[in-house]
Amino acid sequence: MSIKSNPKIVLVGNPNSGKSSLFNQLTGLNQKVGNFPGVTVDRKVGHCQLDEHARAEIIDLPGLYSLYPKSADEEIVIQSLLDPEHQDYPDVAVVVVDVSNLKRNLLLFTQVRDLGFPTVLALNMVDVATKGGLEVDLEVIKQSFGIQMVPINARTGKGIDDLKHLLGNPLMKECEPFYDMSTSADQVIEAVQNGHHFCNRYRAFQFAMHVDRIPSFQGDTRHKIIDAKYEHQFNEKALQTEDTLGRYKKIGEVIDHALHRRETTTVDWTKRLDSVLTHKVWGYAIFLGVLFLIFQGIFAWASWPMDLIDGVFGATASLLSGLLPSGMLSDLVTEGIIPGLGGILIFIPQIALLFAFIALLEESGYMSRVVFLMDKLMRPFGLNGKSVVPLISGWACAVPAIMAARNIENKRERLITIFVTPFMSCSARLPVYTILIGLVIPETYFLGIFGAQGLVMLGLYTLGVVAALGSAWFLKGRVKDKTRNFLIMEMPTYKWPRWRNVGMTILEKVKAFVLEAGRVILAISIVLWVLATYGPAEDMARAQTEWESQYADQPAISETPEAQAQLASLKLEQSYAGHLGKAIEPTISPLGYDWKIGIALLTSFAAREVFVGSLATLYSVGDSEDELGIRDRLRNEVVPETGEPRYTLALGLSLMVFYAFAMQCMSTLAVTYRETKSIFWPLAQLFFMTGIAYVSALVVYQLLV
Amino acid sequence: MQDQPKNVAQLAKGESGVIAGFSDDELALKLMEMGCLPGETITINFRAPLGDPISVHVLDYNLSIRVREAATIILEP
Repeated sequence: MSIKSNPKIVLVGNPNSGKSSLFNQLTGLNQKVGNFPGVTVDRKVGHCQLDEHARAEIIDLPGLYSLYPKSADEEIVIQSLLDPEHQDYPDVAVVVVDVSNLKRNLLLFTQVRDLGFPTVLALNMVDVATKGGLEVDLEVIKQSFGIQMVPINARTGKGIDDLKHLLGNPLMKECEPFYDMSTSADQVIEAVQNGHHFCNRYRAFQFAMHVDRIPSFQGDTRHKIIDAKYEHQFNEKALQTEDTLGRYKKIGEVIDHALHRRETTTVDWTKRLDSVLTHKVWGYAIFLGVLFLIFQGIFAWASWPMDLIDGVFGATASLLSGLLPSGMLSDLVTEGIIPGLGGILIFIPQIALLFAFIALLEESGYMSRVVFLMDKLMRPFGLNGKSVVPLISGWACAVPAIMAARNIENKRERLITIFVTPFMSCSARLPVYTILIGLVIPETYFLGIFGAQGLVMLGLYTLGVVAALGSAWFLKGRVKDKTRNFLIMEMPTYKWPRWRNVGMTILEKVKAFVLEAGRVILAISIVLWVLATYGPAEDMARAQTEWESQYADQPAISETPEAQAQLASLKLEQSYAGHLGKAIEPTISPLGYDWKIGIALLTSFAAREVFVGSLATLYSVGDSEDELGIRDRLRNEVVPETGEPRYTLALGLSLMVFYAFAMQCMSTLAVTYRETKSIFWPLAQLFFMTGIAYVSALVVYQLLV
Repeated sequence: MQDQPKNVAQLAKGESGVIAGFSDDELALKLMEMGCLPGETITINFRAPLGDPISVHVLDYNLSIRVREAATIILEP
C-alpha cells in the first residue's frame, strides 16, 4: 500500500502523556486552534512535512483515558475515531504513551489499535525512565503488540525525526486483535458487521457501544443496531468493565516481560515538593503568594506595554485626523474604529501575562495541586477545585476565563463557573475605579500604612470575589443536572516547564481574545460612535446654532480647544445617545445618576473602560487622556437644582458598586452564549448581575446621601 | 457478625491495601480506567489540608480522589 501524499494523522493519548508537546514538535508554528463543529472543544490542527513527498495533517485530539468517554472533550475523540464521515477520521493514529506510567497508558493504546487503524506507538520519555531505573525492553513491546513503535522524548525533540520517517512510509496494519471480547456480545457484533462488512469485531463492538454518539448512523443502520442491542441484552456497563479488566490483564502480562525495575537512590522531588506545596500552612501561603505574583503581573508589569499601546493609538488617531480630509469617514476612522481597536489591543499585555502564569503552573504540574488544595473550599459553593483557574483568569478578562472553564467535566459545575466568573473584577473595571476613587476618596492613611484609597480598591476586588462565590452558592440548588460530580484526577510529577509550550498557550489565548472579544468590541464601538455622533436633525442643528450664537461676536475664540470641546458636549447631548441617556434618567436617578452618567453607563457596553472617555466628552474635557483634568471637571460639576456638588461620596461609591456587579460587557455575553449553546445563560447573566448592581447601588446611595 | 470490609477512605496516611472491588458501579469503571484495579496495591500519600481530597499512589503514579470516591473502593481483608 502506498502512502497518501497528505495523510490525516491523529494524536491520541492520556492527559499528561506529552501529546501536546509532541504536537508542538511536529507542527511548530504551523498550527491553528478552532472548534469542533457544534461543540466548544478546542480542535488543534497543524501540518508537518514528513519527507519531500508527504505533508501530513496532524490533529491533536483531546486527552482521554479510554474509549468510554466521561466529558464532552472525550466524546469528540470517539466520534473522530469511529465515524468515517467525521472530518478528522484518520488515516493513521499515533498513540502517545508515557513510559513512566506504562500500564495505564497502554489501556487506551490497545483499544485504539484494535479499532484497526494503522497505529504507531510513540513511547515517550524512555530516556528519562531509563535514568530513573526503569529498563524497557522495546523489542518485547513491539512483538507483543505487533505494531510500529518509536521511542521519543517529546520535550527535547529526540526521536521526532524517526517518527516522521516512519509516518512517511507505508505502515502495516495488524489484523489480529490484541484482546478479543468474550462471546457475550457476539450476536450484537455480528448484527453490526452485517451492515458494515469492512469492520472488525472490536470496531463493531464499539459501534454498538456508541451508536447514539455517531451522527452518521441514521435510519435503518441505527435502528438495526439498537434493536440487536435490546434483543441480545447488550449490557453496556458490564461489557465496558469486561473490556477494561480483560485488557489490563493482558497488558499486565506484557509488562511483566517488558519492564524491569532497578533499585535506585534517586531523590523523589515530587514527594519532597508535595510535602511543602500541599502543606496545611505552607501550601495555602504559597498559593496566596502565587496569586499575589499574578496580581502584581497584571497591574504593575503589564502597565508599561499598555501605556505604549495607548500612546501609539492616540498618536495614530491624531495623525490620521490631520492627514485625512475632514468629514464623516475621517471621523469614523479616527473616533470610531481606531479607538475601538485600541480598546481591544490594550488588554493584550494583561491577557498574555495572565496566561503565561497559568501555562507555567499547568506545565510544571502545580495547577493540579491548586485544584487539590481548593476543592474542599469550593464545593460548598457548587463549584469544584477546577473552577479556580477560570475565576483567577477573570481578573484579567472574563472572555478567556469563561473559555478556560471547558476542562470542568461536570456540566452543572461548569455552568455555575461560567455564570459567576464575570463578577471577578476584570481589568476593564480598573480605570473606572481609579478615576472614581481619586475623585471621592480622600488620601488619608490609617496607622500610617493603610491608605484609604488602596483599601477601597481592595474592597472592590473583594466584593467581586464575594459576589462570585455568593451567586454560585445561590445557584447551587437551582441548576439541575443528573450526572454525578467527581474529582478523579491525575497528579502529575513536577516538571520544568517547556517555554515553547508556554509560548504557544499565550499565542493561542491572545488570538482567541482578539478574535472572540475583539470583533464584538469593535462592532459595538462603531455602533456607539454612530449613536453619539448623530441625532435627530433638528436637535443637532439647534445645538450647532446655540453654540454659534455664543461665539457670534468673537469667531476667533471658537477655534480654541475649549470652545470645540463645548461644541462636542452640546452635540453629544442632542445625539441619539444623549436622548437614550435622558430616557433612562428616571430609572437611574434613585441611584444618584443624571443623564450624563446614563450615557456613560450605556457606552460602557462596548467595554467598561469607555466610561472614562465618555465622561471626558460629556464634560467637554478636550483631552480624554487627561485624567486630572477629568477629575477636576467632575469635582466642579453641580446639581442644577440645588447647586450642591454632583460627585459626592455617596454617588462615587454607588457608581463603584454598580460597576463592580453590573454585566456591562457584550463580549462576555457573546462568549457565554457560545460556550453554553443557549440564549438563556447570557440573558440570565445580564439580568441577574445588573439587577444586583442596581439594588446594591440604590442601597449604597440612599444610605449615604 | 462479620466485620465490614475496609475501604480506601479508612486507610491512614502511608497505609496500603489491596483493592478487592467497588461499591459503586458508576464510579467503578472510571476508577479502573485510572488504574485502581482489583489486585493492585493502593497507598495513601497524603490528605489535602482540609482532609479531602486525598492523594493515593496506584500503578506507579499519583491520583487525587475525593473521600466520597475513595470510600467506594473496597479493600481485601
